[in-house]
Amino acid sequence: MNLTLKIWRQSGPKAKGEMVTYPVTDISEDMSFLEMLDVLNEQLNARGEEPIAFDSDCREGICGMCGLMISGKAHGPEVTTTCQLHMRSFSDGDEITIEPWRADAFPVIKDLVVDRGSFDRIIQAGGFISANTGSAPEAHSVPVPKPKADRAFMAAACIGCGACVAACPNASGMLFMGAKITHLGELPQGQPERDARVVSMVTQHDLEGFGGCTNIGECSSACPKEIPLDVINQLNKDLRGALMRGE
Amino acid sequence: MTDTQTASTVAPEAPAAPAREAAPGVVHGLYTEGEPIADTKAPQGPIEARWNKRKFDAALVNPANRRKLTVIIVGTGLAGGAAAATLGEAGYNVKSFCYQDSPRRAHSIAAQGGINAAKNYKEDGDSTFRLFYDTVKGGDYRSRESNVYRLAEVSANIIDQCVAQGVPFAREYGGLLDNRSFGGVQVSRTFYARGQTGQQLLIGAYQALERQVAAGTVEMFSRHEMLEVVVVDGKARGIIARDLVTGEIETHLADAVVLASGGYGNVFFLSTNAMGSNVTATWRAHRKGAHFANPCYTQIHPTCIPVAGEHQSKLTLMSESLRNDGRIWVPKNAADCEKDPREIPEEDRDYYLERIYPSFGNLVPRDIASRQAKNVCDEGRGVGPKVGDFRRGVYLDFTDALKRMSAEAVAEKYGNLLDMYQRITGENPYEVPMRIYPAVHYTMGGLWVDYDLQSSIPGLFVTGEANFSDHGANRLGASALMQGLADGYFVLPNTIRDYLAKGPFPKLEESHEAVVEARASVDARVSKLLSINGDRSVDSFHKELGNIMWEFCGMERSEEGLLKAIDLIRGLRDEFWRNVKVLGSADTLNQSLEKAGRVADFLELGELMCIDALHRRESCGGHFRAESQTEDGEALRHDDEYAYVAAWEWGGQDGAPVLHKEDLVYEFVEMKQRSYK
Ligand SMILES: Cc1cc2nc3c(=O)[nH]c(=O)nc-3n(C[C@H](O)[C@H](O)[C@H](O)COP(=O)(O)OP(=O)(O)OC[C@H]3O[C@@H](n4cnc5c(N)ncnc54)[C@H](O)[C@@H]3O)c2cc1C
Ligand code: SF4
Ligand code: FES
Repeated sequence: MNLTLKIWRQSGPKAKGEMVTYPVTDISEDMSFLEMLDVLNEQLNARGEEPIAFDSDCREGICGMCGLMISGKAHGPEVTTTCQLHMRSFSDGDEITIEPWRADAFPVIKDLVVDRGSFDRIIQAGGFISANTGSAPEAHSVPVPKPKADRAFMAAACIGCGACVAACPNASGMLFMGAKITHLGELPQGQPERDARVVSMVTQHDLEGFGGCTNIGECSSACPKEIPLDVINQLNKDLRGALMRGE
Repeated sequence: MTDTQTASTVAPEAPAAPAREAAPGVVHGLYTEGEPIADTKAPQGPIEARWNKRKFDAALVNPANRRKLTVIIVGTGLAGGAAAATLGEAGYNVKSFCYQDSPRRAHSIAAQGGINAAKNYKEDGDSTFRLFYDTVKGGDYRSRESNVYRLAEVSANIIDQCVAQGVPFAREYGGLLDNRSFGGVQVSRTFYARGQTGQQLLIGAYQALERQVAAGTVEMFSRHEMLEVVVVDGKARGIIARDLVTGEIETHLADAVVLASGGYGNVFFLSTNAMGSNVTATWRAHRKGAHFANPCYTQIHPTCIPVAGEHQSKLTLMSESLRNDGRIWVPKNAADCEKDPREIPEEDRDYYLERIYPSFGNLVPRDIASRQAKNVCDEGRGVGPKVGDFRRGVYLDFTDALKRMSAEAVAEKYGNLLDMYQRITGENPYEVPMRIYPAVHYTMGGLWVDYDLQSSIPGLFVTGEANFSDHGANRLGASALMQGLADGYFVLPNTIRDYLAKGPFPKLEESHEAVVEARASVDARVSKLLSINGDRSVDSFHKELGNIMWEFCGMERSEEGLLKAIDLIRGLRDEFWRNVKVLGSADTLNQSLEKAGRVADFLELGELMCIDALHRRESCGGHFRAESQTEDGEALRHDDEYAYVAAWEWGGQDGAPVLHKEDLVYEFVEMKQRSYK
């Protein structure tokens, strides 16, 4: 198939960016979206134009490194990551716009690459259970009811891609953060630090310049791992409780 | 030397090709043999007492001194992330590096199946000794007993540690941990978190790491690529890294350096590794004196989604658990290969694994399943689209399972995998048999380390897939995650202290000659890559190298093929340094430049892999030499000649590599030929 791509080009963090049009031809429907960009990059390289910078690593939908706004949708038209999107989701003649995640907390580094260090700093603020190596009790000493273990797992499936932020009109990081609060809060091991965790993660989230949540739900629809909105309710509930208990 | 290889056209990097049959003592014209080596750190005596003895004998570092000791750790996968967190907790000053934008994205994240541990929660006869035994046997008797025993011994602690961190392993209704059997062993010792075990373990290590970043013990350098080791007075004292965002070349000095940079499967271009997985960190160390052990041992995984076309950038693994219920076949007649598989009657199908291995059937080990798939495709009976001259695929058929179990039950067990298959291929596996083909998956070879995980450069330690130590010639399923975390949480923190106790080492200035030189060589290489401005893209070289490696150093290797591959690689490397085209500049994010540096190192590694494969005239584990097989085509080991680790020393720019042999002595396990008939 033949397509017209309109791609955001920006030479550096401070440079002004612009949309540039690139026609591509002979795209096979078995290609992944990123392989289509690889083909374009090979052509640009051959013509002496600098290839388009974009992030990806595992290309299996699990590392969370990839992430593009594709015709206005985070990760494109399917519920999956950009790297797992295949060209059979498009038709001959389509015009596709490709942009980086847009959020104050994710500044653009170059072309389609953004800095998501703010997510790491939210985790640093409390997204962990303090358990020094070697101090752990025998694994079977604390049974975890299966429904709790399953819910913890569901929330822990977040890959930290940032699509939720990109999809949200407020650029809020609440789905990402709610997923971590729910993961650790469901487990008995996560209880001792539960109050302190939510308060300090939320403080960091706001400091980073993420917006607040107004219950629009775009985050969850864009999430490739289908993290449900109720993790945000969980977060709010935990936060209220913690503040009430004077954390 | 060819005419083009004059000083002016060849980069400082490209080793010249020593002419075959050149210097005396040069075997095959390709390598020389040096002194044998021994792992001098492994204690002797009863195997179950060795690790405790080593821990006791290793010197301690006074807590007040730890802050003054800096340790650089390259890699934030299970092996590096766990080590950084643990050393940070202990109070050392840690600097941690990864090339991704966040430490959470290291390739360990992609592991699906599970992690082994000898907990014996199922009371099915498992024990530390049995896990040790299975791993030694699975590795085809080419690993060290002491190391493997230690791995089995600490495996149980790993599960405790991960549970304490909040890793959501699968549980039973009673709230206890669930286990499954994996990779053809007869006990259930594999812990898992649906098909995302690697992700969950890595997130556990990542969170522990971020906790130390917050505590100020670990400083994180993401989007940084290590490009050189700094060796001063024979000791590893730091690294040179490039900030991938600003392009700045940075010097980082330390008292010890740990490489946890993962495997080098991407030398084949197509593999199940991440796009950025590379050999650069370990290869640069090799060039500075660290021996590279068993480079030819690669694992080719049988159940991957086949190549779809020329544009393919990587291959996707599907968990081998699919072989528990799926049946593997190809048409009996090449004429049927283009037909819709559903129209091929039962009597015209060849369930070749069930035919050749009646007792193990579809569950034979990975290396065997892979090689037989190649054989039937080489006979012209492969299925799916042609890539080049051949169809490279075999059917993995769930029709019988769907009849036996119901679609719901199949979906419950394998739903994720079948959906992934459908997303990638556009075919519905509930209706049409899936197509699979082997793909490069894991590298057992890596930098040589002693029992302390210290390389042949003092102060340089190597953990996880980057070292060679525990899996011999073939790795069993669910044991790489185990090794990564064993090394990172429990082994390295105990052994590195014996080295650090001798420090802090004399203060080093950035103006020291060795530091300046290391930095200058990195600068020169970056400028060189950007200045060639030839006609061919980096990827085109990488693909061509991958094809050579896959064809001649893949599932079956022969003397003739390997000699040819070595010539081809040398020619390609020469062309690379004359004709590669890398655009953009050094002082911004430049992904072509990053790739170029990695491919340049793969072009050197590929040759060493072929030399190693050539010198080992036996078949063992994942290394199958056409010249060494039984009458019915099975792998044949030669323990009398080859029961050793081949540790290669860099031979210098113009020299041939030097082979050092470390004999493998089996005191506790008896060596046998494997049989799965
Ligand atoms: C698809 C797949 C499925 C698998 N499934 C299983 C399984 O079920 N069970 C199992 O036991 N094993 C499995 N494995 C194998 C296992 O996942 C790996 O062997 C293991 O995770 C490697 O861990 P590591 O910490 O050594 O390296 P990695 O996780 O690969 O980490 C490497 C780190 O080094 C960094 N790095 C590399 N080079 C540089 C450089 N030059 N400069 C700076 N940083 C650098 C990277 O950024 C990264 O942080 C699987 C592997 C794959 C590919
Ligand atoms: S919640 Fe979903 S969209 Fe947001 S970072 Fe996690 S996986 Fe990505
Ligand atoms: S590249 Fe890893 S999730 Fe897309």
